[in-house]
Amino acid sequence: MSEKTSLKVEFSKGIWEQNPVFIAVLGMCPVLAVTNSAINGIAMGLATFFVLFCSSILVSSLRKLIPKQVRITAFIIIIATFVTVADFTLQAFFPVIHKELGAFIALIVVNCLILGRQEAFAYKNRLGPSIADASGMGVGFLLALFLLGAVREILGSGSLFGISVFGPEFEPWIIMILPPGGFFALGFLLLFFSWFKRIRNPEREERKPGGHQDG
Amino acid sequence: MNSEPAIAVPPKASPYKLVFTLGIAGFFSGLILVAVYLGTLPRIQANKAEALRKAIFQVLPGCKAFKTLVFVGGKLVLRESDSPGEGGEGRTLFAGYDENSKFLGIAIPASEPGFQDLIGVLLGYNPKLREVIGLEILESKETPGLGDKIIKDQNFRANFLSLAVEPEIVSVKTGKKSAKNEVEAITGATISSKAIVRLLNKAVAKWREPIEEWTDENE
Repeated sequence: MSEKTSLKVEFSKGIWEQNPVFIAVLGMCPVLAVTNSAINGIAMGLATFFVLFCSSILVSSLRKLIPKQVRITAFIIIIATFVTVADFTLQAFFPVIHKELGAFIALIVVNCLILGRQEAFAYKNRLGPSIADASGMGVGFLLALFLLGAVREILGSGSLFGISVFGPEFEPWIIMILPPGGFFALGFLLLFFSWFKRIRNPEREERKPGGHQDG
Repeated sequence: MNSEPAIAVPPKASPYKLVFTLGIAGFFSGLILVAVYLGTLPRIQANKAEALRKAIFQVLPGCKAFKTLVFVGGKLVLRESDSPGEGGEGRTLFAGYDENSKFLGIAIPASEPGFQDLIGVLLGYNPKLREVIGLEILESKETPGLGDKIIKDQNFRANFLSLAVEPEIVSVKTGKKSAKNEVEAITGATISSKAIVRLLNKAVAKWREPIEEWTDENE
């Protein structure tokens, strides 16, 4: 495999084959908590993308300098720094979004998707593949959050990005923007994705993604 | 992470190196954080001040200008600079005026625990009529779809356009409002509605006298 195709593979696996939300089921706390509207999902996805991307660059470039014994601590320092930067930036430039996401911005620190990628990928790979991996996973997470947010907003508020979809007659399913709705929507999406994956690759045995964690 | 049978023994590193690495990491992290904090602080404060300023114009209908009042030594005194966001909650009020410099009322910041977390509001109070004349929710983490109706429900908000504070404000069921001191609670958001009522009563009890003293002297 040439370098270019391998980068492409590292990037695209996060979007589909190892999608952090729909396949690996990582980082469920923000996935369920902030996706009551499409715009919130996108904002959370972008913030997570930023932290994951920057942390992976730093961890990958410093991987020879970080002793193995203290690597997790070092990852956490790096991740927490970027999370705080994202927190202040959102507060300064997008106060409305920051108000909506509230404490969940600070909680990106404990998103196991980010720590997981540092430990499983960035710490063991060169800068190029690490950037590709982080971008792919970040985009995959962003798309998943957008999808979940859009489904919940359409059903729960009858609108998308605040624009009414069904007109005034539609009675919103309030439950969809409440926590139980998050579980329902996520459950159905997970079902749909595993069904779709099986339809697409009927001959291939379902591959077990490594390293299931919750978070 | 994967199915490696034994955990590989990491190569020995001297404790000094470990401490040094983390020390360096912490140092740079601290530098970045301080820089970002200082860099964004003016904007964050400006945003908060702007939100408060907008709310003041909202809760005092017709308001075009306001003065900041500070509670010092048991009475309210005028502060020269009119920038909101200083002095802190519990000490600062805002007196609103229309375009002819006619006194309209006082905007009072207040907060009270709701269903989830503190609900922070700004309320407009007319000391002459002894009425609440407007209410803006500045901060609330109430349940989306239920408790957050205290922000979105226009019928609920209409309660606060002319609400007598004497006798004490009470909450009643939707459609049962019969007196000027009653607030129609939102069905499904009783706790949030009651928190607002409690908040109003507390704020009025705390501020009524100092405000009346101040208006008698100044307006």
